[in-house]
Amino acid sequence: MTENSQEVKPAKALSTFSVLYRILARDIQVALRRQSDVAAVFFFFIIAASLFPLGSGADPKLLSAMAPSVLWVMALLSCMLSLSRMFSSDYADGTLEQMMISNQPVVLIVLMKILAHWILSGLPLVFVAPLIGLQFNLGGAELQILAASLLMGTLALSLIGSIGAALTLGIRGTGVLIAILVLPLYIPVLVFGAGAVNAVSIGMSPNGALSLLGAVLSMALVFAPLASAAALKIALE
Amino acid sequence: METNTGTNRPRINWLKYASPKTFYPLAGKLIPWCAVSAAVLIAYGLYIGLLVAPTDFQQGEGYRIIFVHVPAAWFSMFLYLLMAMYAGLGLVLNARLSYMMATAIAPTGAMFTLIALVTGSLWGKPMWGAWWVWDARLTSELILLFLYIGYFSLQAAIDDKNRADKASAVLALVGAINVPIIYFSVKWWNTLHQGASVSLTQAPAMAAIMLKGMLIMAVGFWLYSIAVILMRVRCEILERDSKTAMIRQD
Repeated sequence: MTENSQEVKPAKALSTFSVLYRILARDIQVALRRQSDVAAVFFFFIIAASLFPLGSGADPKLLSAMAPSVLWVMALLSCMLSLSRMFSSDYADGTLEQMMISNQPVVLIVLMKILAHWILSGLPLVFVAPLIGLQFNLGGAELQILAASLLMGTLALSLIGSIGAALTLGIRGTGVLIAILVLPLYIPVLVFGAGAVNAVSIGMSPNGALSLLGAVLSMALVFAPLASAAALKIALE
Repeated sequence: METNTGTNRPRINWLKYASPKTFYPLAGKLIPWCAVSAAVLIAYGLYIGLLVAPTDFQQGEGYRIIFVHVPAAWFSMFLYLLMAMYAGLGLVLNARLSYMMATAIAPTGAMFTLIALVTGSLWGKPMWGAWWVWDARLTSELILLFLYIGYFSLQAAIDDKNRADKASAVLALVGAINVPIIYFSVKWWNTLHQGASVSLTQAPAMAAIMLKGMLIMAVGFWLYSIAVILMRVRCEILERDSKTAMIRQD
């Protein structure tokens, strides 16, 4: 309906805010039209995390000791698996080029695409990870901190990962390459995220780790869209 | 104009050697000097390290690997930052030679990282009783190697040279911003997970002769790096500009 009225009156210029909102809404809408892609990442997280008890034995103490690292590493891998989709379909059909030459700030457009990626692949993990945590014999306090750390951390993962996605745009064999580029950069997020949960489980305050995770997130929020926008410009040259 | 004496002096053309054409012969002249002095200094440094420096009363003779290990670790990090600097210069000035320098520095930096890791684990076996300890320094050195590998992989994956230069330059800069963050995160992680049984940070006061040996080795490594990097840049220039007139003249 709105698309039709737009076609009739093209003279009306959109404000930056509404353009950004539409980009975000469009990305989510397009992804939801192909729900299996979104669901695959979600189920990968669940299935891969469930493999660890099968490999290591079901000792509850061992499971609760390794749960923070297992769940966090699985979150890293799940976020990474869907990275190549962040820009690729828009790159293939030329939409990305139109976005780049539009009169809107490229950095903010990139930020919206990152946010869409986070809402579709990071945010669901925040809700499902505590359930898997229950299977790993984690207590209530740990589960709360796990969800809180994932809420901040997955956004940081989408932000940092966008750089890898932009750098490898349109290159053959992208999947493995993204892993090599992005996983070393993910290490601080893993350390602080899993560290917060570990701190709770040994009776320490998680605030230090959570603050550092917040610091990493804020830095990524400022610098990652800039780096991704620069990388996209290079890819589209 | 006449009051300004500075105008009489000949202007230095800072960018004269920024073009591959003028840089190629300059690099050719520098290589032998750097290579010879590197060989002399490394030999002298090894002589001090292996024969002159006193035996450590705690670690015995095993500590002598420090004369290779520490300078190699310094250069693994320094060359990454230098590579990132050239990558940044390339992006800002769009100078092809800067990209070539960044490309040429990467293998030497990765080599020093690998040397630091291998000598570290060789040193760790007699001292700590384990080939590998998840110490903050060892771990961040390992991650530095991963960053170098990422740089190589990205450059190898992109066929278009121009895009490969720029994309890997962005990656090098992102990595350079991340190096301190990674270092502190690993250090922090280490204090949480590991008791203070293994502490590398409280280094005992170092004998002056040991410091001298290490510094001489460091200067030797530096000259070696310059020689090898310049050779690689020359190869890079030949490879990329093989069809231009400049090369054909020679």
